Amino acid sequence: MTSTETRTMSLTLRIWRQRDRTKKGKMVTYHVTDVSPDMSFLEMLDVLNEKLILDGDDPVAFDHDCREGICGSCGLMINGIAHGPEQTTVCQLHMRSFSDGDVLDIEPWRAGGFPVVKDLAVDRSAFDRIISAGGFISAPTGTAPEAHSTPVPKKNSDAAFDAATCIGCGACVAACPNGSAMLFTAAKVSHLGLMPQGQPERDSRVLKMVAQQDAEDFGGCSNIGECSAVCPKGISMETISRLNHDLLGALRAGGVPTS
Amino acid sequence: MPLELFTVGEPIADTTAPRDVPLPDRWNERKFRARLVNPANRRRLSIIVVGTGLAGGSAAATLAEMGYRVKNFWFQDSPRRAHSVAAQGGINAAKNYRNDGDSVHRLFYDTVKGGDFRSREDNSYRLAEVSAAIIDQAVAQGVPFAREYGGLLDNRSFGGAQVSRTFYARGQTGQQLLYGAYQALERQIGLGNVEQHPRTEMLDLIVVDGKARGIVVRHLITGEITSHFADAVVLASGGYSNVFYLSTNAKGSNVTAAWRAHKRGALFANPCYTQIHPTCIPVSGDYQSKLTLMSESLRNDGRVWVPKERGDDRNPKDIPEDERDYYLERNYPAFGNLVPRDIASRQAKAVCDEGRGVGPNGLGVYLDFSDAIARVGQAAIEAKYGNLFDMYNRITGENAYETGMRIYPAVHYTMGGLWVDYDLSSNIPGLFVIGEANFSDQGANRLGASALMQGLADGYFVLPSTISNYLADGPFPAVDATHPAAVEAEQSVRAQTERLLSINGTRTVASFHRELGKLMWDLCGMERSEPGLRKALDRIPEIRHEFWTNVKVSGEQGIFNQNLEHAGRVADFIELAELMCVDALHRNESCGGHFRAESQTPEGEALRDDENYAYVAAWEYTPEGEPPVLHREALEYEYVHLAQRSYK
Repeated sequence: MTSTETRTMSLTLRIWRQRDRTKKGKMVTYHVTDVSPDMSFLEMLDVLNEKLILDGDDPVAFDHDCREGICGSCGLMINGIAHGPEQTTVCQLHMRSFSDGDVLDIEPWRAGGFPVVKDLAVDRSAFDRIISAGGFISAPTGTAPEAHSTPVPKKNSDAAFDAATCIGCGACVAACPNGSAMLFTAAKVSHLGLMPQGQPERDSRVLKMVAQQDAEDFGGCSNIGECSAVCPKGISMETISRLNHDLLGALRAGGVPTS
Repeated sequence: MPLELFTVGEPIADTTAPRDVPLPDRWNERKFRARLVNPANRRRLSIIVVGTGLAGGSAAATLAEMGYRVKNFWFQDSPRRAHSVAAQGGINAAKNYRNDGDSVHRLFYDTVKGGDFRSREDNSYRLAEVSAAIIDQAVAQGVPFAREYGGLLDNRSFGGAQVSRTFYARGQTGQQLLYGAYQALERQIGLGNVEQHPRTEMLDLIVVDGKARGIVVRHLITGEITSHFADAVVLASGGYSNVFYLSTNAKGSNVTAAWRAHKRGALFANPCYTQIHPTCIPVSGDYQSKLTLMSESLRNDGRVWVPKERGDDRNPKDIPEDERDYYLERNYPAFGNLVPRDIASRQAKAVCDEGRGVGPNGLGVYLDFSDAIARVGQAAIEAKYGNLFDMYNRITGENAYETGMRIYPAVHYTMGGLWVDYDLSSNIPGLFVIGEANFSDQGANRLGASALMQGLADGYFVLPSTISNYLADGPFPAVDATHPAAVEAEQSVRAQTERLLSINGTRTVASFHRELGKLMWDLCGMERSEPGLRKALDRIPEIRHEFWTNVKVSGEQGIFNQNLEHAGRVADFIELAELMCVDALHRNESCGGHFRAESQTPEGEALRDDENYAYVAAWEYTPEGEPPVLHREALEYEYVHLAQRSYK
């Protein structure tokens, strides 16, 4: 049972503090001691916040909810890497990944498309607007045929699932030097485009989603691949190829780009 | 029972299920008798939906598709983050694709039996009846369920059932089903049919002339407190497991919306029915902020055991087969590792209480995959449960393919909730409650893969059919923020917020939450007793008093203030905790997740007392210091015979 080691750490944290969207922010230095290696990164921030509250200081705001890596709420830059040194979400990142005496720079997602709400929390509503533009299959409740009426080859179904695991955390955008949302959009285009149910809207979907992505403050994709490298769900660059393939197909078929 | 604990009010009953026709015909008959609203009139009617999980998201999308004007509120930044997203294992449906004898009646029977004969037959039957349509709906939306090589849907079996009726998407079924509902909801938002209110928390219910007509909310970024109105209000705000502080719920999951509705008159039913999930990762330290569930589907291939000898701390691999006690297989040969959750949890507690628990603090049992890996290979196990093994590895630093997992029970789900009738209407006209937030379908214990089923059944199919019967009388007279009921509700929300910020004591909100949670886990958790519950009932008012005189809430009202949000939720949890203990103490029997030490069989199984407790306990709120009022709804079983549950 290796997890019972009593080794604890002291860390220096330099955290981005910003009161709200309109105010200027700055890095502020804090020290935390007695950090257990079995703590999650967010539990370490909880300990800091408890101390700040008792000291009469404003605790650090950060989005989080499920704390098991699936809701997509949390996300921070740790020393310039989205979600930190392991390919997971910060709630599933444990302090055993760090060493005593480390100095950690903790910042919010940095991207034009994600304005800061407060401290480490950002506004990711642009993602919802991209889904709203076309990231769905139009199947109003009650219209569905029997589930077995359309078999789906396991290969396609599995590939669709892999793309569908995207949790919408935004790490891809934060990691991209261009601040592009391409991996996010491509994951949904791939998921739905690989299913027979998704075929009727396949062309219009990719056109509308890409148009909405462009209308937000995201940059363009230049196939750098940082997005996939930090993605906690390992969404692959292949989805971007699929999006480009579908987009070309839609344009060839007479689709009109709306941006 | 001493009088001061509670008083007894008038009995209540559901009057909406058509009991004059046979059980299998009731849902169709109810839909037929319910009044309808014609499509042109629907756009004149508005509905507030609080929450965007499987129940709220599916309801908001479906009601908007039907033409109603929907206003949807949620506290996360995106509807995709509701806690349903974390459900892992699967969703039940009586499709009988495996040809193994499943049927609507069997799923209904399993649900009532699994719930230890404390659910309403009509509701449980309807749940089973609409289950198949949920799968059709999800597939049409593109939910990537697991499939076989022929392209058809795969199934697995789950605790408490002897058929394979569970549909799944690897270990992320909740996520995929939620995204189906979320995408349908986003489509309606894009079409302008749903007015969205992200990062908004409901803090009060506005009741006008006896009808639920609106809610008071606080915008979590700006702190702005506003009132919103509609012809009906739907609560889909989830369960209250976080009253225990440590649970498998998301950190934000809370009882506030339901509790504030309760304080406005909605009855709260069976609050002591909480579910402890047997397969969670054990606690590692005091800083622990939540517990993580490992899907119980793991029990399909994992075998649960502890060493036969106390204090045997050898590496599990070094403990020979004949020195292991596979206690579930030994005690329950028919169901083995697949016994229902309450039984698996209590058995784990029992072996740990005997000193045979494993891991750092002796609060754990092994879940061992070596037989399954030898049988089908590691690749097959990885394909089924890969993400769960990864998650286990992340949290513990251990490789479970090699060592097996250590698991321990944790609070996971609450069967209790606001009382509703067959139409899913609370006792306040116009206030509907769906999903985990209501009490209706699961009885005293929920079977695995039935939460997703209930959330989606309520949201896609049940509520959209029943709410029309109420709305047929609308639109109701316009109400706005100047109405005295709205002014009073808004005022009370402002007053509470100001009060929380002004106390400026010496203890943090989290410290109160932790203390309350520990108390509830120890005294109102897996096993409850009269002395323990009385002790809790002595202590909770003290915690409440100290909270309101000594809590320190940081910051101010007009900014993003997560500490203030937490404070309001903990204040409600403290009040709920007291009611849970009253309910647990008054129910002097064991049933499902409610295990009273005083009421057990010689073998230590839960012993029900059908003569005295075959009823729903629906509690009426009374101000602090006055005992709550109990309203009983008698449970009548016409189609299922009450029996001692046996999984031997």
